[in-house]
Amino acid sequence: MTLHDSLPAGPADPRLQGIIKIAVLAVGGQGGGVLTGWIEDVARRSGYVAQATSVAGVAQRTGATVYYIEMAPGGSGAPVFALAPAAGDVDIMIAAEMMEAGRAILRGFVTPDRTVLIASTHRALAVSEKTAPGDGIASSEEVMAAANLVARRFVAADFERLAVANGSVISASLFGALAGSGALPFPREAFEAAIRGGGKGVEGSLRAFAAAFDAAGRSAGAGVAAPPAAAAAPEPAVAGPAGLLAAWSALQAEAEALPAPVAELALPGLRKVVDFQDADYGGEYLARLRRVLAVDDPAMGHVLSREAAKYIANAMAYDDVIRVADLKTRPARFDRIRGEMAVTGDRLLQLTEFMHPRAEEIVGMLPAGLGRRVLGNPRWMARIDRWFGHGRRLRSDALPGFLALHLLGGLRFWRRRTLRHAEEQGHLDAWLARALACRDSDYALAVEVLRCRRLIKGYSDTHARGKSKFDRVMQALALVEGRPDAADWARRLREAALADEEGKALDGAVLTIRSFAQTTGAPAEG
Amino acid sequence: MAERSFKAEVEHLRLGSGQTFTGEGILALTKALLENGVGYVGGYQGAPISHLMDVLADAQDLLAELGVRFEANANEAAAAAMLAASVHYPIRGAVTFKGSVGVNVASDALANLASSGVNGGALIIVGEDYGEGSSIMQERTHPFAMKSQFWLLDPRPNLPSIVKAVGDGFELSEASNTPVMLMVRIRSCHVTGSFPTRDNRRPPLTVRAALSNPQSDFARVVLPPMSFAHEQDKIRNRWPAAEAFVTSRHLNEIFGPKEAPVGLVLQGGMYNGVIRALQRLGLADLYGNSRVPLYVLNVTYPLVAPEFLAFCEGKEQVLVIEESQPEFIEQTLSTYLYRARSSVRLRGKDIFPMAGEYTGQVFLDGIGTFLREAAPALLPAVVRAPNEDRPVPPDLGRVVPIRPPGFCTGCPERPIFAAMKLVQRETGKLQISADIGCHLFAALPPFEIGGATMGYGLGPAANAAFDGGGERRPVAIIGDGGFWHNGLSSGFTNMAFNRSDGVAVIVDNYYSAATGGQDVMSSRAANPTKSTGHPITKALRGIGIDWIRQVDRTYDVGHMRDVLREALTTKEPGPKVIVASSECMLNRQRREKPLAQQAIRDGRRVEVPRFGVDEAVCTGDHACMRLSGCPSLGLKRLEDPLRDDPVATIDQTCVGCGNCGEVADAAILCPSFYRADVIHNPTPRETRRAAFRARVIGWLQSRRAARRLNFEVPS
Repeated sequence: MTLHDSLPAGPADPRLQGIIKIAVLAVGGQGGGVLTGWIEDVARRSGYVAQATSVAGVAQRTGATVYYIEMAPGGSGAPVFALAPAAGDVDIMIAAEMMEAGRAILRGFVTPDRTVLIASTHRALAVSEKTAPGDGIASSEEVMAAANLVARRFVAADFERLAVANGSVISASLFGALAGSGALPFPREAFEAAIRGGGKGVEGSLRAFAAAFDAAGRSAGAGVAAPPAAAAAPEPAVAGPAGLLAAWSALQAEAEALPAPVAELALPGLRKVVDFQDADYGGEYLARLRRVLAVDDPAMGHVLSREAAKYIANAMAYDDVIRVADLKTRPARFDRIRGEMAVTGDRLLQLTEFMHPRAEEIVGMLPAGLGRRVLGNPRWMARIDRWFGHGRRLRSDALPGFLALHLLGGLRFWRRRTLRHAEEQGHLDAWLARALACRDSDYALAVEVLRCRRLIKGYSDTHARGKSKFDRVMQALALVEGRPDAADWARRLREAALADEEGKALDGAVLTIRSFAQTTGAPAEG
Repeated sequence: MAERSFKAEVEHLRLGSGQTFTGEGILALTKALLENGVGYVGGYQGAPISHLMDVLADAQDLLAELGVRFEANANEAAAAAMLAASVHYPIRGAVTFKGSVGVNVASDALANLASSGVNGGALIIVGEDYGEGSSIMQERTHPFAMKSQFWLLDPRPNLPSIVKAVGDGFELSEASNTPVMLMVRIRSCHVTGSFPTRDNRRPPLTVRAALSNPQSDFARVVLPPMSFAHEQDKIRNRWPAAEAFVTSRHLNEIFGPKEAPVGLVLQGGMYNGVIRALQRLGLADLYGNSRVPLYVLNVTYPLVAPEFLAFCEGKEQVLVIEESQPEFIEQTLSTYLYRARSSVRLRGKDIFPMAGEYTGQVFLDGIGTFLREAAPALLPAVVRAPNEDRPVPPDLGRVVPIRPPGFCTGCPERPIFAAMKLVQRETGKLQISADIGCHLFAALPPFEIGGATMGYGLGPAANAAFDGGGERRPVAIIGDGGFWHNGLSSGFTNMAFNRSDGVAVIVDNYYSAATGGQDVMSSRAANPTKSTGHPITKALRGIGIDWIRQVDRTYDVGHMRDVLREALTTKEPGPKVIVASSECMLNRQRREKPLAQQAIRDGRRVEVPRFGVDEAVCTGDHACMRLSGCPSLGLKRLEDPLRDDPVATIDQTCVGCGNCGEVADAAILCPSFYRADVIHNPTPRETRRAAFRARVIGWLQSRRAARRLNFEVPS
């Protein structure tokens, strides 16, 4: 009746089903271009017509990049392919990193009706994840869960590790995963021929390809990525003279006798403080822990003592010059570095340490009384800073550098007399007392106060900033103490303090507390 | 191009008649220039057309054989001005740069060129950097063609069409005495495909030969009264000539059925996206045969009214598919219909989004909406009334972090900005302007340095309002690429002439690095066809700037910080300029890594540096991250139940640039970093000394271990 009838609706071209659409999301520098070239090549070798595009953009190598390939069985003409992936229209999505898999899902490129998602589970952290003073690492688990939900099939493994282990790069292992997934209708030999055709680093690429091919086959069978097998950590060995070993056994037995949840952390805690100083120091640690345990509530699962076991150990094993020098001169460290740097055969290793002690660190080594007097004298501080306080590069593999560190690391006998030790002990006792003081009125708050110890970390300015954040959190807690949600506020304050360097989030949280503490008037006494 | 070879690509350029080229669009385009007898080529690098420049720079032999002059111009204005050779001489010339930024720079020359008109074919190849992956402001090149009256080609994004557009463009230019701009988008430049090649053609008149017989005609000079005549000529003669050529040669294409109630009008560059949407709607087959009529504008300026009106005849509605804004094409076509008193309803940006890239989803939604309204009978039932029940994926927006491009591993610019961050801790926040180039990434976390960029070479000029000084000096940052592009004149003479009190930091990494590592005047490497090795400081002295500090190792963060502090506090009047020089690590590795590997294989002594972190010493405060952002410096979670926060870790991609150690030192961060130098093929003396040291150290270690409890028992 109308003009419309001249163009009746028809069925879609069945040949369109033959188009395979592959998108690759990678981080710049991962070799996405090489992978794309191989995929095009394997398609053309197998009688397909293929087209690839990319938005490589600027030359820098750290941003998120997209490559896109379409292919169809060769026929009578030139198929018209799209130049970019479209949401809901991607058959194979290759993500060269876990958050890029997340980004692919976010952009709608992974759908249950069609998409095989091949993802490497390793992480290349974005800057925003690295700069948070606390733990800013994005959750791979959430991406995994989403991937299992939205992908038709999900093939996941640490393809970066597989590539490196085989002396290659991730483009090769992802190509192997693509072949192993069976998502493309080409035989394995065609893929390998494409790698050989490329001509560069062929042997390493083929090894990585083969490893990933097998891994993808396993993963695809399960449908869900198998979590990496957690190797049970063996009980660390201990060595030393017989007398000290006996003392250690006694301490260990004492720690093992603690309630199970406490012992679980008290054992590593004990090791840490004994390693830091000596067996006597371990005894002090257990004594402190017992004081907490004495007022703890078994009905609460000994949470208070458990947290105390963790944070008292951290507080007692503070980071002074002696500890750093000791850690830097241990034989196990040299072995570890030789392994990491692949120092094998006739290769030699030179090690340079970057030390920059400030006057405060030098003065911290003085006896407490003298140290306090010097600390109070700006002229002396300036003088010491002039003498000692500049950057030093020590060659710890050469004798002068090693000897200097070795001697410093051997000063453990002196440590208990130092100003730094006195300061750390004072701070520790005040913090512990503060926590135990609110134990009766608010158990949860006492636990949170213990956990605030996490804020104190780093060296020099960073350490000072951490301490000041700790102090501000403690002051703010005084305003909410007695409220039923005081513990919750303590947690929020701590998280805010860990969110950024300058403490902007903490300032905000403290302002919020001030606003209601002033209007409602926080109860002065519990 | 110092550190990358394009030999393989150059071989593609030698293909002849009866052979097939397979590769990327931009290379196909380069080949097409030679097939069409181009006499000279110039341009300025930038994504996505850098490849054209890089390949031709490596094809000197071939160009010499053909008598083609290739010039790596100082900037886009210089490139466009080069087309002046085609004003009088019947020589085909082509220049290339990126749009819209390159066109902005070139517009002075382009406007003069368009006014004068051309005798030989003049082609401007613009890589339109718009949409995903773009690194510039989101604008169109289109209005430049409109304001200056030159013609704009936007071919379908496949290799045969792009190659054909080159030939068409030259002929159109000659037929209408008007320069022609050929626009290719990012994805068209990088799209792969094939086309049958032809033999390369020597230009009938080479530029060398033209010099033997110089020509001039004052009627071509942009001076009154000729300039008024030029404007009339554009409209009265050149435009009709162009229209006639476009129509008679069928540069625009019409696909699909003749009779239909609706039709689509699209830019050539949109063709594949439109076809994909039609395929998904069941209205086109694999090969793009459409059940909806398509009017494909391979020429987007001028728009040929009779051709368009003929396409509209018998239709109720047509949809204009035109990416980005303003919608110049739609406005013009509306005017054509209105003037023709047509009843055809024109749709476009009332359905499609005004701003932003046309993605697959945008095409599908836009065309689907149009057809559901204008011709529902066309659509299969499932499309007409979709009954979708897709699971809603969990919102990962909170989880997935943004990942903008940043400094590479070992980048020499990182320590400059680490030093600047340290200086700002002393001085407080400074007024900092930036330029174009890699250094602009410093505007992002973790550095957050630089609040504005006004264009290439304009960093110092962007601080001109503050030249008079104040409590704290303003700081401008500019790269060596920007310095030679436009910075010397627009940035530094401006500072010197106005007696600026400001500070400028020139980031000299030996290359135009962000565009792919092309050589510039101050590049250190010898270049057979270009004059390199001219220090920036010499140019600065030449324009009367005396306070200059050359830093030859930017990785020395402490020194860098001290020099910056000095520049900010010195009592000396006039501009304070710091030239911070260290080689781009990407290019350095390209050159040195293979050499080092070969040397190791040959048994020669090689030191390979890499950094590491002692995880027991690192407390997980991440202060180092906030002064680095290096891709090789990451975090790892420890198995230790006593530790809450992940600690720093350095992976095997570290190139041992030294920034980690320097920053730890200069900012007094922590002693957890160490540098490990692995000596391959050491000398016998070295080996003996190392063995002696190891014996002494081992003895000291076991002596201590015998007197304490050891929890880390070496295997």
